[in-house]
Amino acid sequence: MLEGILSGLETALSFQNLLMVVAGCLIGTLIGMLPGLGPMSIIAIMIPIAIKIGDPSAALILLAGVYYGAIFGGSTSSILINAPGVAGTVATSFDGYPLARQGQAGKALTIAAIASFCGGTVGALLLLGFAPSLATVALLFHSAEYFALMIVGLAAVAAFAGTGQVAKALMMTVMGVMLATLGESALFNAPRFTMGIQDLQSGISFITLAMALFALPEALYLVLDPRRSNRGRGNGDAIEKLRISRSEAREIAPVIGRQSLQGFFVGVMPGAGATIASFLGYAVEHNIARGEDQAKFGKGSIRGLAAPEAANNAACTGSFVPLLTLGIPGSGTTAILMGALIALNVAPGPRLMVDNPSIFWAVIISMYIGNLVLLILNLPLIPYIAKLLQVPRNYLIPFILFFTMMGSYIGQNNATELLLLTGMGIAATIMRFAGFPLAPLLIGFILGQLLENNFARAMNLSDGVSFMWERPMTAGLLVFSAVLILLPSMRARLAKWRRRGVAPGD
Amino acid sequence: MTLERAIAGIFVVVCLVYGYTAFVTMEEALLPFERNMMFLPNTLPKWLSVIGILTGLIVVIQSGPASRPEADPDEIDVRNIRQYKVGQALSLLALMAAYALLLRPIGFIAATTLFLTAGATVLGERRYLVLVPVSLFASLFIWYLVQEMLGIFLRPLPWFF
Repeated sequence: MLEGILSGLETALSFQNLLMVVAGCLIGTLIGMLPGLGPMSIIAIMIPIAIKIGDPSAALILLAGVYYGAIFGGSTSSILINAPGVAGTVATSFDGYPLARQGQAGKALTIAAIASFCGGTVGALLLLGFAPSLATVALLFHSAEYFALMIVGLAAVAAFAGTGQVAKALMMTVMGVMLATLGESALFNAPRFTMGIQDLQSGISFITLAMALFALPEALYLVLDPRRSNRGRGNGDAIEKLRISRSEAREIAPVIGRQSLQGFFVGVMPGAGATIASFLGYAVEHNIARGEDQAKFGKGSIRGLAAPEAANNAACTGSFVPLLTLGIPGSGTTAILMGALIALNVAPGPRLMVDNPSIFWAVIISMYIGNLVLLILNLPLIPYIAKLLQVPRNYLIPFILFFTMMGSYIGQNNATELLLLTGMGIAATIMRFAGFPLAPLLIGFILGQLLENNFARAMNLSDGVSFMWERPMTAGLLVFSAVLILLPSMRARLAKWRRRGVAPGD
Repeated sequence: MTLERAIAGIFVVVCLVYGYTAFVTMEEALLPFERNMMFLPNTLPKWLSVIGILTGLIVVIQSGPASRPEADPDEIDVRNIRQYKVGQALSLLALMAAYALLLRPIGFIAATTLFLTAGATVLGERRYLVLVPVSLFASLFIWYLVQEMLGIFLRPLPWFF
């Protein structure tokens, strides 16, 4: 193994491959900032270039660089204009955007960059150590467990909602899962709930829904209340300030540590991926935090920003474990990478480590290098990226609206999608007026399809719903999700009783 | 009736329609051999409609003036909606719909330039000497980036070219 690592190190550190990492990170960051072009589409676009390179290690290194760059680029649009272009960065916008609105965009981007770096680094180190043995654990997860894991993910939305908001959050989650059942599903080719409209047959696209739920209402809020955009701008100096204080660093260090580990292990399981890792990371940190820290979540907490960023990047690294060791792509992005690998005449799977050790290890090592390059490249760029917010309001708002529309148009090349975006955006704004949390809707939508597929598989395998109590791991996860839903309301009730017990002050 | 209750109420009605489709319409459309299958296209929708009606009703019952969290200066107060720039917001939404309808017929560059210029004008921008060139440059730049560098087709010019 040591020999393999050394030969991988030699490959990764060659001048050509270092150049590939740098180029990949730059391209990924720049294109990833456009909402609508997530890592998956950027990698798909880069594949022809990668194949032209010919050398599989160099090509994979370039693509891995693009992958990381795109994820970081996606975080910047989540933080600056509340337009998460990628499902994995939705949780980043929960606290990143409020921070930017408080005039601390520079700091928010720095925290995101550092948390991503640490997450990616921890992920790469764990991958180095555990890749072979982790593959066997990932195989223990069957469809029943995946179904239960999705339920845990959905139940975790209870953590997003404050006291008294649990019912609303659950309602929005159910609405999201219902939206996911629109159109044809992967298992049946009959259109469902399309009301005969042909454009709905392929369902609602994720990016349109994400833009309609987050970016569009936010832009409309900026229009409705002009004071809002002034508040977000802060003074010129603060916005570019990158530095985080020592106490802040101390605050986020444990969060990043925990979430890097958790994110990696979630990422290892095929099908879970960065999205679930980031939501779970956010939910777990929200529950761990106490008192004032907990109240800050959703209003610009640096913990709430660091958690999903670290988890998301660690999970991205983790998702390479099943790809490289078993040949099973765990996410859409790794599936495309697998296609690229096969086109380059490399068969990912258990034999990869034996047959092509230098490719296997070079990719892992260049992931680490990619993270480092990303940090070095992006930290100096942050002041310029953050300045985006100082564009005059009259220009900024039409541009935000234009980018949200581009995001949903590019993916489908269908102008009906834009009408759908406008309609859903209006509905989302009205729901936001009424104080309904919108994030659970999107989470329900993302997990809905995975949930149905795994539910179907589990039910077919066990001839009914008996798998829910017959498989210990499934039962355990389901009980855990019930606890997650009930805990907040129990807590609120306990607090009420306690208050009653104490005599009111005079 | 608060807005919150109204939304939850509408959601319950939607769930009823959704449930009717799942329990009745889709059930009738099943083929004979499908009836013995464990998992059907309407299995999850059936569960969802029941859970949806329950959660919707809980929100209707729970929500009232008391359940609203304290007023947040960042949120918009619907009761005083008139103090906000509703006209501007509605005009921008109308512009978005117009963009959607015009994008194919008049081409990407013209539609985008018009949208950006009109959008800024709605918001009060009057320096057209700056605005029009900026919009034109931005639409040309994005078109070049998306079509020429990324290879995603966007029709640049109107249909008659």
